[in-house]
Amino acid sequence: MKKYLSFFRIRFIAGLQYRAAAWGGIATQFAWGFLTILMYRAFYETSADSFPMTFSALSTYIWLQQALLAMFMFWYFDNEIFEGITSGTIAYELCRPCNLYSMWFVKNMAVRLSRAVLRCVPILLVAAFLPDPYGISLPQSFEAGALFLISVILGFLVLVSLSMLVYISAFYTISTQGIRMLATSVMEFLCGAVIPIPFFPVVLQRVMYVLPFASVQSTPFLIYTGYINGIEALHSIGLQAIWLVLLMTAGILLMKCSLRKIVVQGG
Amino acid sequence: MKLYLKFIAIQLKSQMQYKASFFMTAVGQFLISFSAFLGVYFMLSRFHSVKGFELPEILICFSVVLTSFAISECFVRGFDVFPRLIQSGNLDRILLRPRNEVFQVLTSNIEFTRFGRLLQALLMLVYAVPASGIVWSFDKIMTVVLMIIGGIAVFSSLFVLYAGISFFTVEGIEFMNIFTDGTKEFGKYPVSIYGKGILKFYTYVVPIALFQYYPFLYLVGRSDSIGLIFLPLLGFLFMIPCYCFFRFGLRRYKSTGS
Repeated sequence: MKKYLSFFRIRFIAGLQYRAAAWGGIATQFAWGFLTILMYRAFYETSADSFPMTFSALSTYIWLQQALLAMFMFWYFDNEIFEGITSGTIAYELCRPCNLYSMWFVKNMAVRLSRAVLRCVPILLVAAFLPDPYGISLPQSFEAGALFLISVILGFLVLVSLSMLVYISAFYTISTQGIRMLATSVMEFLCGAVIPIPFFPVVLQRVMYVLPFASVQSTPFLIYTGYINGIEALHSIGLQAIWLVLLMTAGILLMKCSLRKIVVQGG
Repeated sequence: MKLYLKFIAIQLKSQMQYKASFFMTAVGQFLISFSAFLGVYFMLSRFHSVKGFELPEILICFSVVLTSFAISECFVRGFDVFPRLIQSGNLDRILLRPRNEVFQVLTSNIEFTRFGRLLQALLMLVYAVPASGIVWSFDKIMTVVLMIIGGIAVFSSLFVLYAGISFFTVEGIEFMNIFTDGTKEFGKYPVSIYGKGILKFYTYVVPIALFQYYPFLYLVGRSDSIGLIFLPLLGFLFMIPCYCFFRFGLRRYKSTGS
């Protein structure tokens, strides 16, 4: 356990070094969130009745999404891992006395978290001071806030275990660019990054809700805004936990399988 | 020109060496644009219209932006990945050769996988053209063509500007994404829906409305002034400051030495 903690620490501290990049990212994400909210405002002004949630709930959703983008964006992958597989340096990692799955998992968590930590505070601060329906508001209730914290952690772990599956696929395909793009486009769409899940047609919403993708960012954000509340919130957190266990088991098994017949690329 | 065609052929050949990866990437490009389309489609099926614009009209707008973005990204890709040329020091090699630098940067990278995105744009156009109820006379067809050409001019200028900035920052700056990727993303809808302030910004600062919004008004019959058709050509004026900035950066260029 201790060695994984130090992997985490090394990566986390390394990630914190890129402060100038973080400022650029903050400005971009702020502009992005701002334009997105303006876009929804146009829809809201056209027909407020068709809006599935209150406007301030939507603004809150968008700001949370922008603030935690570094944590939840699927398209970020650690190139070192892919390069390790294609160039053959993975052989060194296999010699180390630690579990490859856990090591990659922890490294990914650290990189994502360090980026999110740098970016989320300024974005949330500015968003908190925006005038009412456009800014971020506090969680619906104390329970919503507490459940959000649990749910956001589970969502983050589900996301990392999903991306682990893509890393493992590199053992089979070597060139992963295609798979990464396919996975990213499907993932972004189904997890509600293109439009939030409540904006989808009702039939689709039901299907999306049970898929693992909704457990990533949609569930925690919707709990925060109070769109999912009460017993329903507990159910969706349970669903997140189930998916986490399933995805991690799948990842660990697949990794075992592929390591058994791995051919290290010479070079 | 002959040399340029030759470069295109070489680039195409080299990318065709990895056929599976090439087609997967193209399919990925297609799917990413397709999910953006589905987003618009679901929003419009819930709200029916936004600020008076209906789905087919919006799809024409979206398609024009996506087409010009895909074409620029394909042929002006060299400027999009320009920071890499600086970091690797390959720009020095380019400067040593007795040919125009812009020409060489253009031919250094041509990204044919962007045709996946182009395909999606054209599919939307094919759907939207009959559905929009526009009578497709000669002037309307001209409008669409000019909108796309103007769009290519503006997007290409943005890529050149991005490259110009990277002379000073060495690394590509993320904030420019809001103008390039952001325009593709938010240009799905006519820019007027974002409000007056944003419309002004997109008219005078980054002239996206010139090819996306004003001629579009004429296209869908919201405006009768025929002059709007030629507004996209003003996008070429935007090339001048961007190009000048690039030259300015080039003159001050110091090699990274690697």
